[in-house]
Amino acid sequence: MKHQYDVIIVGAGLAGLRAAVEIGKDAHVAVLTKVFATRSHSGAAQGGIGAALGNEEEDHCEWHMFDTVKGSDYLGDQDAIEILANDAPRAIYELENLGVPFNRTSEGKIAQRAFGGHTRNYGEAPVKRACYAATRTGRVILDTLWEQSLQRGIEFFDEFQMLSLIGQDGQCCGVVAYELSTGKLHTFHCKAVMLATGGAGKIYKTTSNAFASTGDGMAIAYRAGAPLEDMEFVQFHPTGIYKLGILISEAARGEGGILLNNEGERFMERYAPVIKDLAPRDMISRCMLEEMRAGRGIDGKDYFHLSLTHLGEDVIEKKLAEITSFARTYAGVDPVKEPIPVQPTCHYMMGGIATDADGRVIVDEQNTPFAGLYAAGECACVSVHGANRLGCNALLDTLVFGRRAGMALKAFNQSVARPKLPAKPEKNDADTIQALMNSTGKETSGPIRAELQESMMENVSVFRQKDSLNTALAKIAQLKKRYQNLSIQDKGNCFNRDLLDAIELGHLLDLAEVITRGALHREESRGAHSREDFPERDDKTFLAHTLARYDAVKGPQIFTKPVTLTKFEPKERTY
Amino acid sequence: MQCHFTVYRFNPQADKKPRYHEYRIDAEPTDKILDCLNKIRWEQDATLAFRSSCAHGICGSDALMINGRVELACQKLVRDFKTGNNFVIEPLPLFEVVKDLIVDLEPFFEKYRQVQPYLKPGKNDSDKEFIQQAENQEFIEPALRCILCASCTAGCPINRANPDYLGPAALLRAFRYIFDSRDSITEERLERIDTEDGIWGCKTMWWCTEVCPKEIPITKCLGQIKRAVKQKDKGG
Repeated sequence: MKHQYDVIIVGAGLAGLRAAVEIGKDAHVAVLTKVFATRSHSGAAQGGIGAALGNEEEDHCEWHMFDTVKGSDYLGDQDAIEILANDAPRAIYELENLGVPFNRTSEGKIAQRAFGGHTRNYGEAPVKRACYAATRTGRVILDTLWEQSLQRGIEFFDEFQMLSLIGQDGQCCGVVAYELSTGKLHTFHCKAVMLATGGAGKIYKTTSNAFASTGDGMAIAYRAGAPLEDMEFVQFHPTGIYKLGILISEAARGEGGILLNNEGERFMERYAPVIKDLAPRDMISRCMLEEMRAGRGIDGKDYFHLSLTHLGEDVIEKKLAEITSFARTYAGVDPVKEPIPVQPTCHYMMGGIATDADGRVIVDEQNTPFAGLYAAGECACVSVHGANRLGCNALLDTLVFGRRAGMALKAFNQSVARPKLPAKPEKNDADTIQALMNSTGKETSGPIRAELQESMMENVSVFRQKDSLNTALAKIAQLKKRYQNLSIQDKGNCFNRDLLDAIELGHLLDLAEVITRGALHREESRGAHSREDFPERDDKTFLAHTLARYDAVKGPQIFTKPVTLTKFEPKERTY
Repeated sequence: MQCHFTVYRFNPQADKKPRYHEYRIDAEPTDKILDCLNKIRWEQDATLAFRSSCAHGICGSDALMINGRVELACQKLVRDFKTGNNFVIEPLPLFEVVKDLIVDLEPFFEKYRQVQPYLKPGKNDSDKEFIQQAENQEFIEPALRCILCASCTAGCPINRANPDYLGPAALLRAFRYIFDSRDSITEERLERIDTEDGIWGCKTMWWCTEVCPKEIPITKCLGQIKRAVKQKDKGG
């Protein structure tokens, strides 16, 4: 089936919806999403969205910029970070005016609370910068933007899985997608495509991410020739529920929660004497693993206690409502009375499809645009998060750069004609699916995915070293070979999850390879990337973005791009 | 420990009528029902269809009937049930089954769209945020917990008898905007639902509140709407 639009947005989380709302009626736009729009994983974002509103105490955009640069371990591009921090207050007021129901101060302004790595006056003490709605901030913004899209008559294709991008005359001009309910292929012919497909946490065994977070957009753009940037930087959030990975928001520590080891010691005081439990995520996750190695995990195991009991029932029930219910339901503990068992959980990809600050996908170190292809949100790398993202900068990233991508798309739409579709744009995908469905191979997705997730967790998580990375690469190569032998048990074409699992698994394998290759290339420790064999940051060689280009035969080809430095010279990063 | 799952199966392409299939799996008391369904799909029967995404009760994908009660499969653990490790899993009632445990929620979202689910803001004199009293935000807070899982609407006996009834989820959304001090069309909103298929369709049977996985006092919120409609009628 064929459809024609000006712009196709893939993904209905915050970045995609913000762009759709921006474009509105100025172009004929449709949103494709593999889960129903309000099921998008942006909705799982809990704690807040950062902006220097100064509603609770003095704050400045430049402080926010500095914290983000320092949090990124100086790998973020400072021109982009400046845009992020300066545009934040506008983005929040805009959301509020669209109806987002933020919590309020006693004066009726948007309430704010402290969050990891956000400080007053360039690192003096924590500052209240996170705007929030209890611990369901992402969900209420998602609902609001979805409702705004309905009001503007944006068309949605819910439960459509993107399979590939279509290109013609050097321009991206469409998407081939698979309709889950019928198994039919659809061609969406357009002038430009925007990818807003989110993260890829399902590469790892323990993750806070949804089943849908399989990096589809990243992998498909990569295969189409768009380089992936800084993929070795994977955020492990310090407080996932033990064994389950379900997120307990940093807001718990923003409201005063503390981490304790098996001696009942608030160990972060030793590692980050100034901001303690509000140190950035990379640092806390590393400290937890070091404590564990020193035998100070709870019961000598690989978890710690997050204690909220001293905050009082009112704060816990009102300001931390959602996570309190998670702790009760899944961990079987009542945070009012007892600590929550937590361990680091894979949470966020700092890397992604390389873009400029207007959402244009770029193909090389000179920032040459990939005509007609845009990306924003977690699937993109602008880069504002560098080597480590600060809490509450992810939602901000989606809104600031989702909007900018929307504006750039409107201009692009005015400036070009719709390229002709190439002949038989669906053929490759139809053949691939047919081959999978007919395959009599002995492999199924489940075990391959499980082995990938275990190997990545074991070898390419918080701490890395040459040997472990090579072990992972060998494993990935072996799993890719087994993937060729995959067969599909479900022969139907209505909600064939078996087939979708196989497609997603292909994406996970490609991305795992890029992450591991990048980690091997980067012989230093920076932000979330800790090489035990290279424990120091090396600005001389590695103050640069890693880019990986797809090569079907030789595997990811690594090259680099300089980091944009403007206001802040790299310094030692202590808290 | 071994658990016994009886699962509703229906593939309209192949089956004339629904059937139940039995599966035995090993599960931990702390496994979610969703984990069990995944285990069945990954290890025994790849054709079983159900929706899921976040797996911790925030995306709203996996509302099902578990042992005759509407629940989120990712929010209920094996240990939460006292049925001797026997589970009967069926799709949400009220909606048409697309395949196995997947239902067509379009009629649900259609009702939702009918209540103008977006802020129609009044004039904001500031170039910053609207000033809104914390008490007002807290008043609408229960409705903000809604994840559109459709449990309440599926569980509502009125909805089963009257397919035109807006249903608890859509009315809860109406509540969220009627009582938001930033909204400017309160009267219009109240008038729109002041009908037998609107707010008066609710006969205060509490089933919605009973099944809501986010513990939203839906019936109470709908009661607030009824009171506001009455006050408007008296006033006007």
